[in-house]
Amino acid sequence: MANKELVRLEDVWVHYDHVAVLEDVNLSIKQEDFLGIIGPNGGGKTTLLKVILGLVKPSSGKASILGGTPQRNRKFIGYVAQNSLFDRDFPISVQDVVLMGRYGRVGLVKRFSEDDKRAALEALQNVEMLDYKDKQIGKLSGGEQQRVLIARALVAKPWMLLLDEPTTGVDMPMQTEFYELLARLKHSMSIVLVSHDISAVSVYVDKIACLNHQLYYHGSKEVGPDILEATYKCPIQMIAHGVPHRVLKEH
Amino acid sequence: MRNALAAGILAAVACGIIGVYVVVKKIVFISGGIAHASFGGIGLGFLLGINPVLVALFFTVASALGMGIVSRRTRLPQDTVIGIFWAVGMALGIIFVGLSPGYAGDLFSYLFGNILLVPTSDLVLMLILDAIIALVVFLLYKGFLAISFDEEFGTVVGVPVEFLYLTLLCLIALTVVVLIRVVGVILVIAMLTIPAAVAKQFTYDLKKMMLLSTLIGIVFILCGLWLSYELDLASGATIVIVSGVLFMVSFVLRTLIARRRPIAQPP
Repeated sequence: MANKELVRLEDVWVHYDHVAVLEDVNLSIKQEDFLGIIGPNGGGKTTLLKVILGLVKPSSGKASILGGTPQRNRKFIGYVAQNSLFDRDFPISVQDVVLMGRYGRVGLVKRFSEDDKRAALEALQNVEMLDYKDKQIGKLSGGEQQRVLIARALVAKPWMLLLDEPTTGVDMPMQTEFYELLARLKHSMSIVLVSHDISAVSVYVDKIACLNHQLYYHGSKEVGPDILEATYKCPIQMIAHGVPHRVLKEH
Repeated sequence: MRNALAAGILAAVACGIIGVYVVVKKIVFISGGIAHASFGGIGLGFLLGINPVLVALFFTVASALGMGIVSRRTRLPQDTVIGIFWAVGMALGIIFVGLSPGYAGDLFSYLFGNILLVPTSDLVLMLILDAIIALVVFLLYKGFLAISFDEEFGTVVGVPVEFLYLTLLCLIALTVVVLIRVVGVILVIAMLTIPAAVAKQFTYDLKKMMLLSTLIGIVFILCGLWLSYELDLASGATIVIVSGVLFMVSFVLRTLIARRRPIAQPP
């Protein structure tokens, strides 16, 4: 299978009110990648994902998905936003949350078909949340909600999964389970994981990039010392933001 | 009296359906803005000598679209935009009424509602608007749910978020027009929020919530109507006070139930 390029960013700059959030970012993500992007809070991680998805327009440079515009091709990407964005009290069941991932296939007026419902149940099965399908979303724990949101991203059968700080508010045992889920999913799709939790990320991902306004891409992660050395080459401002070095040394 | 009952039920249907979106999408403030801006249309109706409710229909839809488009397409904070439209709409109404010839006798019934004075022609209009609201919600239910729950994810999977949002604002405008005769411009926001807020305490299913809040709206309006008749009070205000009191009762009740029966653990 050819390792096809899914996402490409070329010389991307993003400014919010004349302050540069992303500076000259270049990135290529391929079909078989499991990429971790780490960096301090406020370093532009979420913005980077939003540029890929076409939710934020670069002030200069170009983002593309499968050679087309993000707006046209983002349907091939499953997006899991930061955990805390929706209203916990919203009157909606787990299954209906997942069904929303099928919207792009159904259109404005048509109802969800039996196929869509079957796909939603399959996606829930895939993240081991099938038993919870009729629960109101807010009744689930942080880790369970995160799984449901992944099911919502998976239900459209994406080529790539984008995860923004997926372990925020998830307790430790659930985090391990969560990373094991990703390790299982990575065989069928490309995964990009954004986090400030450098220790967890570096165990599971295959490639690492550091982002603090500028992106430092370390390429593949062959063995522990490589990534260790590579991350040390990170610019000093990232280290100064309090990412502890000893965490990396453990590998 | 029969007109009053019919008006009450028609009003409850509109606010039962649309109020659910107002509450779960947390767009109470913009709904308040739309409601108050509608007074500009009432005033214009007085000035032109046309049925004020009919003029308010077009005026309110236009100001809802104005608010929606300006707040989405500019970088102005949304609450600032709403505040401006809210006040300017009302101010226009006051100027228009001032310019109209003669004495605007039933002005108060538009501001504070008078369910006992709804003419049959307005009932027909209310019925048509109810039908439009129900039909549009039936067709776009899935999309309204998507933008209410998570706009950003909706955008990514191809939901036409802005179109749906503006459509929803137009439906709020239609609901406001349905409610003007019953509770008046100033008190419309009560009927757009209270029945849905009560319903939300008892169900987690959006469709059931619509049904329930419609029934609750009918109960509120009929209770208020009866009380205002018995005690000789203003009908619109009485309906709102009854709603507020029953909301508090249901809230206390719900809290007590929740305390006795802790939220069930997943299997």
